[in-house]
Amino acid sequence: MSASLVIFFLLAALAVMAAISLIAQRHPIHSALSLIVVMVALAGLYLLMGAEFVAAVQIIVYGGAIMVLFIFVIMLLNAEAEERTNFSKLATYAGIPLALAIAGFIAAAIARSSGSLPAAEPSGALTSTKTLSMLLFSDFVYPFELTSFLILVAILGAIVLAQREN
Amino acid sequence: MSDFLTKYAFLIVPILKVVILVFIVLTVDAYLTWLERKVIAHIQARWGPHRVGPHGLLQPLADGVKFIFKEDPLPANVDKVAYFLAPFIALMLALTSLAVIPFGPQKFTIFGYETHVGIADVNISLLVLFAITALGVYGVALAGWASNNKYSLLGGLRSSAQMISYELTLTLSVVGVLLLAGDFSLRGIVEHQSAGKGVLSWYVFPQIIGFLCFYIAAIAETNRVPFDLPEAESELVAGFHTEYASMKFAMFFIAEYTSMITVSCLATILFFGGWLSPFPDSWTFTHYLPSALLIPFGLWVVFDGIRYENLFGRIMLPGVGSALAVIGFALIVFPTLNAIIQGPFWFLAKVFTFLFVYIWMRGTLPRFRYDQLMSFGWKFLLPVSIANVVLTSVVILWRMH
Amino acid sequence: MVPTNYYLILSAVLFGLGIVAFVFKRNIITIFMAIELMLNAVNLAFVAFSQSWQKPDGEVFVLFVIVVAAAEAAVGLGIIILTARNRRSLNVERVDLLKL
Repeated sequence: MSASLVIFFLLAALAVMAAISLIAQRHPIHSALSLIVVMVALAGLYLLMGAEFVAAVQIIVYGGAIMVLFIFVIMLLNAEAEERTNFSKLATYAGIPLALAIAGFIAAAIARSSGSLPAAEPSGALTSTKTLSMLLFSDFVYPFELTSFLILVAILGAIVLAQREN
Repeated sequence: MSDFLTKYAFLIVPILKVVILVFIVLTVDAYLTWLERKVIAHIQARWGPHRVGPHGLLQPLADGVKFIFKEDPLPANVDKVAYFLAPFIALMLALTSLAVIPFGPQKFTIFGYETHVGIADVNISLLVLFAITALGVYGVALAGWASNNKYSLLGGLRSSAQMISYELTLTLSVVGVLLLAGDFSLRGIVEHQSAGKGVLSWYVFPQIIGFLCFYIAAIAETNRVPFDLPEAESELVAGFHTEYASMKFAMFFIAEYTSMITVSCLATILFFGGWLSPFPDSWTFTHYLPSALLIPFGLWVVFDGIRYENLFGRIMLPGVGSALAVIGFALIVFPTLNAIIQGPFWFLAKVFTFLFVYIWMRGTLPRFRYDQLMSFGWKFLLPVSIANVVLTSVVILWRMH
Repeated sequence: MVPTNYYLILSAVLFGLGIVAFVFKRNIITIFMAIELMLNAVNLAFVAFSQSWQKPDGEVFVLFVIVVAAAEAAVGLGIIILTARNRRSLNVERVDLLKL
């Protein structure tokens, strides 16, 4: 039981428990906090795999900007806790086991195909920031420019949506 | 026993370093509040605390005791999870960010485990600090929302919007330094500034715009004057920490001062050479500067303390002063000790200078109005820091040809 | 070393939990967060494969996924704010008529 395996199981358990908490909580702000825990746990897993720049970007962008946006919107809209209605009893008792069965089936299928993928070393210098940026600006420059254009469009869209009707 | 220590040294040594660092930082926080009150008082032509100990030196101790004994009320209808989590997040993030800061250049071996002065030496320490700063918004936002109080909510939203806006400038103004150094690790950035020419090889001169943008954005991030509208007393009561009392308020308080210390450490490491001496390496007589400062200061404290008004001061102050003078003499007599103390001495001197500038600004400047603050951040500082990045890259490319 | 399959199983489990949250929750913001959870699960699979085949291409894709998720969250939350202001509710079951 090497140290990496122990850390993996701890972080994986944290991520799964936080995801279950996202489903189980009634108030959206508690769901948002659980999602932040999932993202930080995933950033820890990326660090374990040696993808340090991606881990930092995950926390800075996802955890520090996108989730803050979610929390602002929840606070601004004064979101309340969900009321319990009777309609979803069938869905709960039949649906959740079915969804978990599907996930379990996929997981078992993956686990059974253990021969095809090598379990490699954490890729340290291979995926350093320098390598990623060289790739980003040489092979992937077209998607890079497209995503910057996409962000510009999103900013314009958000500004237009946020204007009051005068 | 020593076998056990050697085998588990990789666990025990960092834990020991963490304990020592947290203890030192909390003490420095407490005395930073003393320094702030004294300096602001002297700017405003009055004395600060001067009754509790000699020159008010035991005032932080009295404040700590007050925080412990004060009632810690729980307002009605608060969201308990968020209410208890917010100060905890703020304090935890502020203390964690100290883990990646290197305080000195030495590497030493203890219990057979080679380590350095600083807790963790990761090669993306700058990104880790940005990530922690990015997460720091949650402490404020959750505190404002959980308090079930309109003024707290508004103060929390304003403060977190301010922090997010200035976080962009903070990150971009450092990119110039990254381009010059080519390395994300803070230790590497300091080593790239050690070209041996003293002050001239620091990054503050090529990157003066970047330094000014960084420092202004850092003051806005830590919610200090002139950007402290969210927590000013005459504004929204006390902003996001209105409903917090005693221990939880103390956690926010400590988190704010600790993030001040972190930002000052970051400014010295990125722009002012960290632990490097401002004199060129060939001027070895400057290695006696710590002693040259400590001995006269110690003797002055002794002579000032002998004539102090009460008996406690007449015993404590000469004791402290003579201890300082003895340390100064020991540095002259033992050259190995002097060599070890050089790096941390310069680091602490520069951090102290930045903290003093923080306190000086609090006593001098009025505060920004909220819309002035936001338009300054988005319409002036952000374009200036982007222009700084473009200018730096143009100059670097030009020099490469 | 952690076998790559473990990461893929974790990714599948998180994706499944995201689907469960998407289908069963009634608050529109929570449904949005379930979408983000699914995107995160996919990111984990990308990085796992990138480490397994020792190529950095997967991590570049993760950067693109994060950027697209940010843009989508910004515009989507803007739409949610407008809809919620008009209908005075964040419950998706109340959005069942084309006209208010």
